Amino acid sequence: MRRADAIADRLGAVGSGNALELRGITKMFGALAAISDVTLTVRPGERRAVLGSNGAGKTTLFNCVTGDFLPTSGTIRLFGEDVTNFPAHERIRRGLRRTYQISLLFGGLSVRDNVYLACRGVSRGRFSLIRPRRGEALMARAEELIEAVHLGDVRDSLVASLSYGQQRQLEIALALAGAPRLILFDEPAAGLSPTERADLVAILTGLPAHIGFIIIEHDMDVALRVAQTVTMMHNGRIFKEGSPEEIENDPEVQELYLGDGSHAHG
Amino acid sequence: MALAADGLQVAPTRVERIPAAYWVVGALLLIMPLLANDFVLFQVFGWTFIMGLIALSLMFLAGYGGMVSLIQMTVAGVAGYMTAILGSSGVEQISLGLPWYVYIPAAIAIATLFGTLVGALAVRTEGIYTIMITLAIGSAFYYFAKQNYGIFNGYTGFNLVVPPDLFGVDWRQPIAFYYLTLGCAVLGYLAVLYVARAPFGLALQGVRDNPRRMAALGFNVTAHRILAYSLASVLAAVGGILLVWQNAQISPGTVGIPVVIDVLVIAVVGGLRHPIGPFIGALIYVLLRTFTPDVLAAFGQSGERYKLLIGLGFLLVVFFSPDGVLGLWERWRARRRRDPLKGAAQ
Repeated sequence: MRRADAIADRLGAVGSGNALELRGITKMFGALAAISDVTLTVRPGERRAVLGSNGAGKTTLFNCVTGDFLPTSGTIRLFGEDVTNFPAHERIRRGLRRTYQISLLFGGLSVRDNVYLACRGVSRGRFSLIRPRRGEALMARAEELIEAVHLGDVRDSLVASLSYGQQRQLEIALALAGAPRLILFDEPAAGLSPTERADLVAILTGLPAHIGFIIIEHDMDVALRVAQTVTMMHNGRIFKEGSPEEIENDPEVQELYLGDGSHAHG
Repeated sequence: MALAADGLQVAPTRVERIPAAYWVVGALLLIMPLLANDFVLFQVFGWTFIMGLIALSLMFLAGYGGMVSLIQMTVAGVAGYMTAILGSSGVEQISLGLPWYVYIPAAIAIATLFGTLVGALAVRTEGIYTIMITLAIGSAFYYFAKQNYGIFNGYTGFNLVVPPDLFGVDWRQPIAFYYLTLGCAVLGYLAVLYVARAPFGLALQGVRDNPRRMAALGFNVTAHRILAYSLASVLAAVGGILLVWQNAQISPGTVGIPVVIDVLVIAVVGGLRHPIGPFIGALIYVLLRTFTPDVLAAFGQSGERYKLLIGLGFLLVVFFSPDGVLGLWERWRARRRRDPLKGAAQ
């Protein structure tokens, strides 16, 4: 009976809500508040950039959303469902994805195995002891993703042997596995060449309309070209929200962020 | 071989891709009873395959899962004890005398359950703490078996535990026992190789390399680690049953701390990167244990000093090749393949 109630709860929540609703999220590290009282709403399919200088709490915010660690206080709703106390893998299975600022990949496995694992992680048979067959649907999907991020030539190489740019591409392929509904990109353009940046922008703008994303990016060219809305963070708090134009032309923002040479990333 | 007419390349079949060296080793192992005497078949090879299987279960956990567990010998011991208790032994007031088709699966199931429970506790810890908690449970089991007379028959343990007379064969005869242990070892080896490339095995390696990322891909990291303990326990349990049959007895000493450590030494000396490593380590261990007492005695030394030799060998391997004998072999092959003039691999 309780199970049926839970399912009814979930069904009732689906589609009614926003993709992501943060209410009063605070994360303390000891006495230090990495983020305090962040309230944020992202609509389904919305593309949002989160800007702010180093230490503004952007990555901490991502870590709270994905469940890498639990917030000290506040609630997180994902597609209407309260996931505040859910472990990371349960949130991922509900359509959340993320990439990491510093690539977190499986260096000892091939590109194909990395992408296959990502596809397997959000489908059934995670514990299967039967080897995948050549024509398996998930394998085919993994191959598509590899092509989509231009890694076809190195599909059998060990990930540890890839160039930095290729590892960043692979990060994105892992985030696109399965049926993502909301993706968190943590500085996807960092360290990429101009050509690779153009590729990245093409991939991001080419995503199907129902897939929303939040992108942390220091490169304004990339961030403002792919985002519909912008959130500025400062000292762990939300400082300003608006369209890319509004943010760019906001005198306070210019003074605080764009003007003082904080373009450098790290 | 198919005809490759008109320059048409025919992809080699699965069987054709197996390197020649494997065929040689396989053939040698199959005809070994023609070459070796009963002592070598039963004592050297039988014991090697058994210790190899138990160390293989550690290699599966440590090599693919990144979890160094010291419980594998105890899991094997639980299976061995269950074989004696549920089957028949010289201790008739305890042994239940159930038929083989009941006590063999039951022994494996109980040992696997035990290993899974220990795993469920151990996976919440990392590194040195995993070693400590598994060692603590292992020594607790040792003392429990030693002091419990109702079920485990205390210090004496069980004698006359022999394999059932299946198909009219006495499986403790050296040749039959050789093939029995060889068969189990090969099955265990192939199973580990197979599972390593199945979704579960890939995910386990992902958990080893990067648990945080695995969670961010939708995997339940804890559940994967616990299932790895279950699978490893099955391997160890089979090894434990064979071990009690080989010795025809089991007592607390079978699962004592020295043996627990020996399993770790075997796996590390052989190499944790590939499932063949534990068997190489086990062969070295068994050869040292079997023959060094005689060699030492010939030099007028106490035969008991073989432990010193094993310890020194372990130190040397850890110093010069942290990835075991297997690592030495791979580096030697890589050097041979290098072009002496150009330096690059051919």
